[in-house]
Amino acid sequence: MKKTFKLEGLDCANCAAKIEKAINELDGVKNATVNFITTKMVIEADDEKMPAIIEAAEKTVKKIEPDTVMKKA
Amino acid sequence: MNKQVARIIAGGVIFAVTMILQTDNEMLELALYLISYIIVGGNVVLKAIKNILRGKVFDENFLMSVATIGAFFIGEYPEGVAVMLFYLVGETFQSYAVDKSRKSIASLMDIRPDYANIKRGDELVRTDPDEVKIGDIIVIKAGERIPLDGKVIEGSSMIDTSALTGESVPREIEVGSDILSGCININGVITAEVTKEFGESTVSKILDLVENASSKKSQSEQFITKFARYYTPVVVIIAAVLAIVPPLVIEGATFNDWIYRALAFLVVSCPCALVVSIPLSFFGGIGGASRSGILVKGSNYLEALAQTEIVVFDKTGTLTKGVFNVQEVHAEGVSEEELLELTAYAESYSNHPISLSLKRAYSKEIDNGRITDVEEISGHGVNAIVDGKKVSAGNFRLMEKMGIPYFKGELIGTVVHVAVENVYAGYIVIADEVKPDSALAIRELKAANIKQIVMLTGDNKSVGAKVANELGLDKVYAELLPGDKVDKLEELFSQKSAKGKLAFVGDGINDAPVLARADIGIAMGGVGSDAAIEAADVVIMTDEPSKIATAMKISQKTLRIAHQNIVFSLAVKAVVLVLSAGGISTLWEAVFADVGVTIIAVLNAFRVLKVKKL
Repeated sequence: MKKTFKLEGLDCANCAAKIEKAINELDGVKNATVNFITTKMVIEADDEKMPAIIEAAEKTVKKIEPDTVMKKA
Repeated sequence: MNKQVARIIAGGVIFAVTMILQTDNEMLELALYLISYIIVGGNVVLKAIKNILRGKVFDENFLMSVATIGAFFIGEYPEGVAVMLFYLVGETFQSYAVDKSRKSIASLMDIRPDYANIKRGDELVRTDPDEVKIGDIIVIKAGERIPLDGKVIEGSSMIDTSALTGESVPREIEVGSDILSGCININGVITAEVTKEFGESTVSKILDLVENASSKKSQSEQFITKFARYYTPVVVIIAAVLAIVPPLVIEGATFNDWIYRALAFLVVSCPCALVVSIPLSFFGGIGGASRSGILVKGSNYLEALAQTEIVVFDKTGTLTKGVFNVQEVHAEGVSEEELLELTAYAESYSNHPISLSLKRAYSKEIDNGRITDVEEISGHGVNAIVDGKKVSAGNFRLMEKMGIPYFKGELIGTVVHVAVENVYAGYIVIADEVKPDSALAIRELKAANIKQIVMLTGDNKSVGAKVANELGLDKVYAELLPGDKVDKLEELFSQKSAKGKLAFVGDGINDAPVLARADIGIAMGGVGSDAAIEAADVVIMTDEPSKIATAMKISQKTLRIAHQNIVFSLAVKAVVLVLSAGGISTLWEAVFADVGVTIIAVLNAFRVLKVKKL
């Protein structure tokens, strides 16, 4: 399944690339993309792993960009 | 943001005053510079410390802090403050520019309807389009955006389809017409039955496609991502070496001097200019293209369009209208109108495309009372009694079977021979028509240096040759079965250079294998056709083949701007790095090479959005 999130306060393109890379490395993530221009992040993963992934992704985003908040789109 | 601007101004004033005062009291001078530094850059240093505690070292904040604090330590107070000041001014500008381009891209895609008016009894209820179900009745008033795909059940109007197709001429709709979400109702009030849920509606599909297009990255973007991964660490390591090694090895070299040079390296070490501006260019190009009615499904395809060497067209429905029309009426012994009338009557019971085109050409109502005794002879034609006269209409086999001499010269298209009372009365030629836009499309493609323009068709050779001649195509392969098309494509693949791309243009309905095999599969007339949107890499929303040249121009412009940005940013950075290492340029130039270049690159990327001026 695919889930879309909005990354509020994302204003550094390099960080967007870093977030994308880090989330792709999370366990269970099939594919993740971060679009700096629309500030949207799409995560593709299996249904049952999704809740854990979302939690981990939130932490990852916080770690890389403390000012960025991950919200449901 | 405003706080930051206030800080910049306050710090900047103190800094300027200190510069002008030129006090001899060194302690006072240092104190004033420190105060302005803390006001301006305190936040940056704080962020850097926080990030280090979190285990994240090489970020911009850290690099700028080290560079400016370093400047203080080696006694270059004014530069320490000025660099921080300049950096923050640049950052402010940069986020303004990025914000601005985000907004203009958002406005390019601002076709999402906000609400739908559902009819409940006599009342209209304003609802979120997401909550409307198939079969619900919605009302669209003048000036409103059509929220979901549907079918008109009441009213007629003109609708503006430009958001989907880029076509500025409004389309007329009436009861029974299909309407697509995203279009704007111009004048009348229309009532429609919803045929697709919001998520499946045209507008959602288009937005989804455009927004996700950037996930398929172009080679330029991949290059930047890889480059950025190595660039920063390498520059930082060189900076460290520069600060330590030369003072130890070279006689007379001081730490102060070389640390200063190393600091400049740190300032230039962010690849921001590239990381921001390249994806922005591509996204802008995709957004601009969608505004012109061209959907590009990925940055990689946008990039490939500029490298197209061979364009292969399908004929029917792509270069031609796919609708059969009477092209020529040749009467013998009767008038042309009479011939057309008799033939239309004789064929009036059939629903074959040929009969339909005859009826269309005749254009008057058919009075069934005038026809008696219709006899269809399969594979030959029809015999009918019209106004008491025997009319025979069909192909040459019918004439031969009846022993009637007929015109045997070469005609292009489908020929209907007609005899009245067993006497030859002439023939009517019916053929598919070339789209008015096709000739322009081919001319523009040739002007764009496309090496070969080829047409594939299942139609017979004479028809194929005629169309190819008329349009000035380089090659035509006729009488192909669907499977043959893939084979021909393989053949053409061997004729292009290694870097060149082959594009196939079809109507997306029965071309799926060829569309998939080509480097770039382009489907025409994609409005409302799910099949086309699924199968192709690029979807032309209108029926105009000339949009292909437009797409290529947008692609070339995007690539040109992206390459300008890559070369410009890298060149400035390289020059400043070399000059800093040589001790010629100062921290000032370094800050320009960082934020200044980013701003210029973002502004340059901004130009992609203006697709009107190609």
